[in-house]
Amino acid sequence: MPMKNNQESIIRRILRFYVEGFKSMTVGRYLWAMILIKLVILFFVFKLCFFPDLLSRDYDTDEERAQAVRSSLLDNR
Amino acid sequence: MDDLMNVVDWSRWQFALTAMYHWLFVPLTLGLSIIVGLMETIYYKTKDAKWLAITKFWMLLFGINFACGVATGIILEFEFGTNWSNYSWFVGDIFGAPLAIEGILAFFMESTFIAVMFFGWKKVSPRFHLASTWLTAIGACLSALWILVANAWMQYPVGTEFDPAQMRNVMSDFWAVVASPMAINKFFHTVLSGWVLGGVFVVGVSCWFLLKKRNIELAQKSIKIGGWVGLVGIVLTMWTGDGSAVAVSKYQPMKLAAMEGLYDGKCGQEIVAFGILNPQKTYDNNQDPYLFDVSLPYGLSILAKHDPNAFVPGINDLIKGVELTPEGDTIHIDSYAQRIEIGRQAHAALREYGEAEKNGDSVAMADASARLAQNFKYFGYGYFNNPSEAVPPVALTFYAFHIMVIAGGYLLIFFVVILFLVYKKSSVLNKKIVQWLGILTIPVVWICSQSGWVTAEVGRQPWIIQDLMPTRAAISNISASSVQITFWMFVVLFTGLLVAEICIMLKVINKRSKEELDNENI
Repeated sequence: MPMKNNQESIIRRILRFYVEGFKSMTVGRYLWAMILIKLVILFFVFKLCFFPDLLSRDYDTDEERAQAVRSSLLDNR
Repeated sequence: MDDLMNVVDWSRWQFALTAMYHWLFVPLTLGLSIIVGLMETIYYKTKDAKWLAITKFWMLLFGINFACGVATGIILEFEFGTNWSNYSWFVGDIFGAPLAIEGILAFFMESTFIAVMFFGWKKVSPRFHLASTWLTAIGACLSALWILVANAWMQYPVGTEFDPAQMRNVMSDFWAVVASPMAINKFFHTVLSGWVLGGVFVVGVSCWFLLKKRNIELAQKSIKIGGWVGLVGIVLTMWTGDGSAVAVSKYQPMKLAAMEGLYDGKCGQEIVAFGILNPQKTYDNNQDPYLFDVSLPYGLSILAKHDPNAFVPGINDLIKGVELTPEGDTIHIDSYAQRIEIGRQAHAALREYGEAEKNGDSVAMADASARLAQNFKYFGYGYFNNPSEAVPPVALTFYAFHIMVIAGGYLLIFFVVILFLVYKKSSVLNKKIVQWLGILTIPVVWICSQSGWVTAEVGRQPWIIQDLMPTRAAISNISASSVQITFWMFVVLFTGLLVAEICIMLKVINKRSKEELDNENI
């Protein structure tokens, strides 16, 4: 299966490209650590704990969401 | 109502905080990516190792900024779903489509080619590496394009129809959204301002090298590239700024009036070059709008209409709904009182549509839908009790606009002088006062950039979507205290990121400045 071998080879080369790239970094290691910590804070702390999508959480269908928004836009504003 | 306004105010502060911090990083990414692309292109053409070293040095600073800034904008999307859920639903796929394209196409393109930029020096061909550097720059611009298209639609909602059944705006003409005059001007004005910021950053850091008498050749070569990118950037930013002024005068005349502190317009309207507003002035009193002002005759008519005799309406003219022809005749347009009445009719039609839908009365639904469509253009005015509620914060808009313009004028002179010195009078560049001028211009360009953002976003208040939805209608039913908690968490997070960026950059610049830069040192 030369096609499959060729594909594996490309995937392996891409992986090696990234692995060797990460290994050779100096300042970049701190930067990647900062990016990862930031993403964890954003998605696992802020998004999960503080920023739910209210309409998706509180209503099951788009019709109910539309009705809720209509009521909200027309009442007490 | 007090609690509602409290939530609105805190949510606006939170959005402003997030967007302004995000905008500290983004323009530097836009500007440095172009500058690094040009530097690598010179290296590719000349094969001069000095240019490779220069490219790698600025690429490293680009990487630090990218790492600190990446994903800070994602919080804005979190806020849409939680704080601004009415707005998020109401805009429908108008906002969703551009942001989805941004996320899938531009972000992944940018991220992929950044990896090649940093990891690929000895692994891919020089041509492929150069292509990757430019594709990173193009990816950054494309990211900005889709965000700014979405923002422009909020300022000038076109290419959409409101569907009362879905309670959403549905896109009817994709190209009208993407190619609206507001979107085109906003995109070029914003991206080109990033070139200016990148140019000042490169010139400023290079001046620090000159001040420390380290890597003089790197500094001088960098000043040339940064200076040219900055000069081209500021000239084109001014040109597109003129286009933006024309678009604002046409589609958001109240914003333009606030930018100038103009209450009573006239034909051949002067522009305030510098002024101090009278804090006692309101739309319904007769006090002088300015305590002090220096004005240029016909300036605002030329800027806004490209006609020195054109009429530019002030806040009072817009509220009353009057315009003047060059001959002095009065033309009546919709006054704000009329707009409020039309907006209320639109609200009533939407309410009747909801009732008819509940009762399954399709004839009443069609009737209500038709009346809603007829009055929908002023839907947002139906929330107001008084025309004064539709006036933006004049002082903040006025001062932000004038700070941007004055700082922009200074930056034009700065680049002309710096380029003249580096090419013709390089000995003057060795004077400390010139070097300090270069360094101290770095905060000036950020103030200019942030002022532009404040002008655009505060000047369009009270609207989150021009004429259709004021901010107070867009807000979710949440408590102010929950927004306050996350507001202060963001303050801590973003300040930490900013401090980290500044510390890492200063450390890298200081360390590299002590080394004789060559290819292997970077």
